[in-house]
Amino acid sequence: MVASRRSFIRTGAGVIAASILGFDVRPAYAQAKELKIARTTETRSTCPYCSVSCGVIIHTLGDKAKNVTAQVVHVEGDPDHPINRGTLCPKGSSLMQDIMNERRLLKPQVRRPGSDKWEDIGWDQAYDEIARHIKKTRDEGFIETDAQGRKVNRCESIAWNGGCTDTNEFNYLVVKTMRSLGLCYVENQARV
Amino acid sequence: MSNGPLQIKAVSGQAGTPPGQGASRDYDVCKLIDVTTCIGCKACEVACVEWNGYPFRETVFDNTYQTMPDLAWNYYNLIRFNEHTTPEGEFQWLFRKDGCLHCADPGCLRACPAEGAIVQYSNGIVDFQQEYCIGCQYCVTGCPFNIPKFNPETKKVHKCTLCSDRVGAGLEPACIKACPTGCLHFGSKDDMLDLAEKRAAQLREHTSHKNAGVYNPAGVGGTHVMYVLHDIENPEAYGGLPKDPRIPLLVKIWKGPLKWLGNLAMTAGIVGVAVHYLRFGPKKTEGGEDK
Amino acid sequence: MTNGWVDIKNADMMLIMGGNPAENHPCGFKWAIEAKRQRNARMIVVDPRFTRTAATADLFVQIRAGSDIAFLGGMVNYAIANGRVAKEYLANYTNAAFLIPEGFALPEEGLYSGFNTETRSYDRSSWNYEAGGKVTGTGDTHGPAAKAGAPAALPADVAYDPALEHPRCVYQLLKKHYSRYTPEMVERITGIPKDQFLKAAEMYTSIRKDGDMSRVGTVIYAVGWTHHSFGTQIIRTAAILQLLMGNVGRAGGGVNALRGHSNIQGATDVAGIFDNLPGYIKVPTPADGNFEGWMARITPKPSKPKEWDSFNYWSNTPRFAVSLMKSMYGEAAKKENGWAYDYLPKVDREYSWVHIFDDMLRGKVKGLIAFGMNSVAIGPNSSKNIDALKKADFLVVCDIYPEETSDFWRAPGITAEETRQIKTEVYRLPGAGFAEKDGTFVNSARWLQWKWAAVPTPGDARLDQAVLAGIFLKVRELYRTEGGKFPDPILNLTWNYTVPGNPPLEEVAKELNGRALGEVEDKASGAVVKAGQQLPGFAMLRDDGSTACGNWIWCGSWTEAGALTKRRDPADPSGLGIHPNWAWSWPMNRRVLYNRASCDVSGKPWDKTRAQVWWNEAQKKWVGNDVPDFKPDSQPKDHMGPFIMNPDGVGRLFGPLAAFADGPFPEFYEPIESPIANPLHPQQSSNPVVKKYTTPMDKYGTAAEGYNIICTTYRLTEHYHYWTKNNPMNVQLVPEPFVEVPAELADEMGIRGGEKVKVSSVRATYIAKAMVTKRIKPMVVDGKKMYQIGIPIHFGYRGIQEDAGKTARTLTNLLSPTVTDPNSYTPEFKGFLVKLEKA
Repeated sequence: MVASRRSFIRTGAGVIAASILGFDVRPAYAQAKELKIARTTETRSTCPYCSVSCGVIIHTLGDKAKNVTAQVVHVEGDPDHPINRGTLCPKGSSLMQDIMNERRLLKPQVRRPGSDKWEDIGWDQAYDEIARHIKKTRDEGFIETDAQGRKVNRCESIAWNGGCTDTNEFNYLVVKTMRSLGLCYVENQARV
Repeated sequence: MSNGPLQIKAVSGQAGTPPGQGASRDYDVCKLIDVTTCIGCKACEVACVEWNGYPFRETVFDNTYQTMPDLAWNYYNLIRFNEHTTPEGEFQWLFRKDGCLHCADPGCLRACPAEGAIVQYSNGIVDFQQEYCIGCQYCVTGCPFNIPKFNPETKKVHKCTLCSDRVGAGLEPACIKACPTGCLHFGSKDDMLDLAEKRAAQLREHTSHKNAGVYNPAGVGGTHVMYVLHDIENPEAYGGLPKDPRIPLLVKIWKGPLKWLGNLAMTAGIVGVAVHYLRFGPKKTEGGEDK
Repeated sequence: MTNGWVDIKNADMMLIMGGNPAENHPCGFKWAIEAKRQRNARMIVVDPRFTRTAATADLFVQIRAGSDIAFLGGMVNYAIANGRVAKEYLANYTNAAFLIPEGFALPEEGLYSGFNTETRSYDRSSWNYEAGGKVTGTGDTHGPAAKAGAPAALPADVAYDPALEHPRCVYQLLKKHYSRYTPEMVERITGIPKDQFLKAAEMYTSIRKDGDMSRVGTVIYAVGWTHHSFGTQIIRTAAILQLLMGNVGRAGGGVNALRGHSNIQGATDVAGIFDNLPGYIKVPTPADGNFEGWMARITPKPSKPKEWDSFNYWSNTPRFAVSLMKSMYGEAAKKENGWAYDYLPKVDREYSWVHIFDDMLRGKVKGLIAFGMNSVAIGPNSSKNIDALKKADFLVVCDIYPEETSDFWRAPGITAEETRQIKTEVYRLPGAGFAEKDGTFVNSARWLQWKWAAVPTPGDARLDQAVLAGIFLKVRELYRTEGGKFPDPILNLTWNYTVPGNPPLEEVAKELNGRALGEVEDKASGAVVKAGQQLPGFAMLRDDGSTACGNWIWCGSWTEAGALTKRRDPADPSGLGIHPNWAWSWPMNRRVLYNRASCDVSGKPWDKTRAQVWWNEAQKKWVGNDVPDFKPDSQPKDHMGPFIMNPDGVGRLFGPLAAFADGPFPEFYEPIESPIANPLHPQQSSNPVVKKYTTPMDKYGTAAEGYNIICTTYRLTEHYHYWTKNNPMNVQLVPEPFVEVPAELADEMGIRGGEKVKVSSVRATYIAKAMVTKRIKPMVVDGKKMYQIGIPIHFGYRGIQEDAGKTARTLTNLLSPTVTDPNSYTPEFKGFLVKLEKA
């Protein structure tokens, strides 16, 4: 906006008038705060909570260049989303605290049989040990035929429990891997 | 909503014409709270705290869904929960978003002696500028709605800014954007009045709320935050919304006929402060103060 | 949902029951508010508590938890008795006209015909349609009655009476069945005073006054209906009401399940559950013998009146199944080996969620892998689940926060000595949060929406698919190098991802859509899909091995045109809330299911202002604002049923044969723990086919033992399951658990708000502060005064407040019983019995 000369004069007069009492009111022109999302990168995501699947925009600092780790500064509703139209409930509105949460698990750990504590474990070792557990348990309990001699090829000694925020693609990988192991106990939050 | 910096209409503790007044006149903004479609979800509470980046408070269970008993210096926005039975015997669970009403004639601004600590923008937003706040809490006395809250650590008073930073950038306030049911609306005062009256008329015609009405109290010159209530005759049922709010008489006198006296006293006060400064040096900033 | 979130704005009448959307789906609930604001729609809320949804309702009715079938059955009775039914819709789009053979018996004494008291299950062969042609009045049919013991199959030529007058037609049986659900009986069972019930029934059915079809009512529910030992039948009763009134398939109507989590709809669609394979293909049983036997069992044949037509879309089951096997096993799935039929585990008993822990407690299940699933907290009967885990050899948990399940070995009450005795090896792996993941979720409205990752995983955490791949590839390597039991499916599973240890989800999404393996031609349109190309839709699927598709219902989501799930055009040209170019909904982007039923028999919309699809006589096809959920060229005169997934093509008032375990019409049964004997038939009080569990951890309480308060459990809007107790903002909103106690009961017991109370079921005790409220009132049920209390579920023994020692460290689900619905296997989290004491 271009200030007219008249407004300039009036403003100047105001400052002078105020100055008589020893104040400088010019800083009061400034906004209290700078808009914190003025220079963020926006990423479209979906709220992980209920099944309305509200569109959310995750505001991060940094432009996603290779050498930059993005920092989340704000999460707001996606105004284009036909269902939530930019709105969010109290859980959706607090998603930033879910992303930037000091309670997050950050390393693989194991609790050994009989132990009373968690111990750190490397990913590769964790994979090795878990795979060994799965193979041993499967091989010991695998049922090729049932009592009537019918082929059933099932592993009843291992169960899978899937969560509510697992993506479709992940869930398909679960179905592929677990069913190929012969698992019957393939269950999900969807049941309960 | 406007583009460019907001223009100031009134400044606390300041004699003469406010600087910048009349330079640009954006339309009056207004928040409308239709309590009949509020679901008490507290999204507005969260959006407010998230946007303002305030530290969390420890709360305790108090036999209610209400987050805390009252607003706080870092909690501008609180849903008040009330179980209410109407004279006709109808049970109601009332939710009212409490917070600054951004009065057209703000008692806080009238009461404030500190130059520039409270400003009223030409669009109607009443904003506290903490860097000029002297912590006297006169604004608390001046407010008929018990809104401004004092932070004892920083000795500053805070309240809802109507997200003047967002509004200045052409966005709506954070609570407005979040509200899931759209019980919160934002726009020009004229548009909001129109919307509110139509909604109240719809309620009177199509629902059992035959006393529905718009809360826009004249005692404070009208407000830039209005309510649609199920029963306009009984605003007290919504957690102490005053039926006929008025600026305390003392405040009116202070900033009315005796304005010159106040300014004189202010000047004397500042002179006192200057003398104090010369003698003892600057006040040490306490830890944790926002800068 | 048959409809969608935005579509709720089209409703004229809303019945919200068994759900609390204002608190649990606030942003979806806006469309209910929108219907009120824009259309002056009426909202009826029926709930055990006056909820935040009730606060915005036009009418609130407090119901006894678990008595919903009685209420809805009473509504059905009211609608029929007062002529508030959609006659043309009923006669043509439902099985109202179909005849049921002699020998079928309604459950006057609580049991349908065919009950076997030893197996506690039904021989359902008498729950069938009668064969024959059109009949009039009480006239005889031409076909024979079903023979007892004959293999149960629906007749190809169904006997029917279009006038709905034959005493054995579904409509007359329905009328007779629900005539017992009088307002007086509804009051005895539900505790709802007769006048209040009548007010609700009158209001809801008012939209069909004088046969006017222009207005529409919707039914909205959630786990308040599913969490019962008869949950499926509650939903069935609602579906019957909606079919009777002609509300299904129409904008602003339908039967709408509000699912509780972001992607359990997707998890169900892609079969993260034991009894399905992706796309609701039923798993093979040992008796099927081979692929053909499997297909023969699960591929239905049309069953309809001779003069009518039925699309019977499940007749394509072999195309879906072969394409799935090709997707999973590639070259190893050949016609010669029955498409690798042997690779699939054969299932002939229940392997549902609660069975995992029952069998683990019995020592049969030795390992559990849980990804983002806090099994201990989710319950039911949490201490049973904890005791079960103590017996497991290993437990793998992948999650983002410390939670109760991986910490079960130090749950409250377990001593240091006991911990030493627990030999379970527990792995706790850090997974990815939502903002770190891409991929799709399916919402309640069946929309698949792609999301993009915003930030990398923190610390040493990994993407879930990387963790799963890491474990699986290691298992596969062990089988490759060491051999072992039946390694074939493990070794032959397709895993052709560019990064095998971290499969890019875009590649998996394309695999789910499916592609052509050879050239595929659509004979009708002449369209050709070349080998390697993405399939345009499930009509192109083949059963000869020339197509691969991970989930047929998602076929069309990622075509040669790209990822339709990534579309973000918010436009809504029709104004009906369809948004056809925003993301993609299954099936084939149809937004309202069964939308053929939004038109009359001649193909014209019942309501012109809400025209979804219609028959275009000039083009000889169905067109419209939505994608027709129908055979596009089926002429109205051919009378094809709008419910194309049913072999009969019609909406089922009567669920024939194996459709339901516990009855072809819903009958009211008491919860497993109930304060009264069922007023309809006290000798058969609860659901006859529901089985109680028998481990020492399974106990069921009675009112006689002093458990005389009805308890229900639920969520709060401020929290999400057992997740947000790690989020300081949500903890600030509601910092600790509480028990909602009716003010009258609190007065009687001298309990003040904020004081601690002890809630005990026969299984466990739970202590929390009391919230004394007027929002739950005492009720008179079957002449007795009764109280209900409510407990939110959100807390446990790991969380911000729990870890700081600032709150009780108990799980609500310690209280709930292990007992499930016989159709859905969902536990009865609501309506069990407790005692209340001052703590």
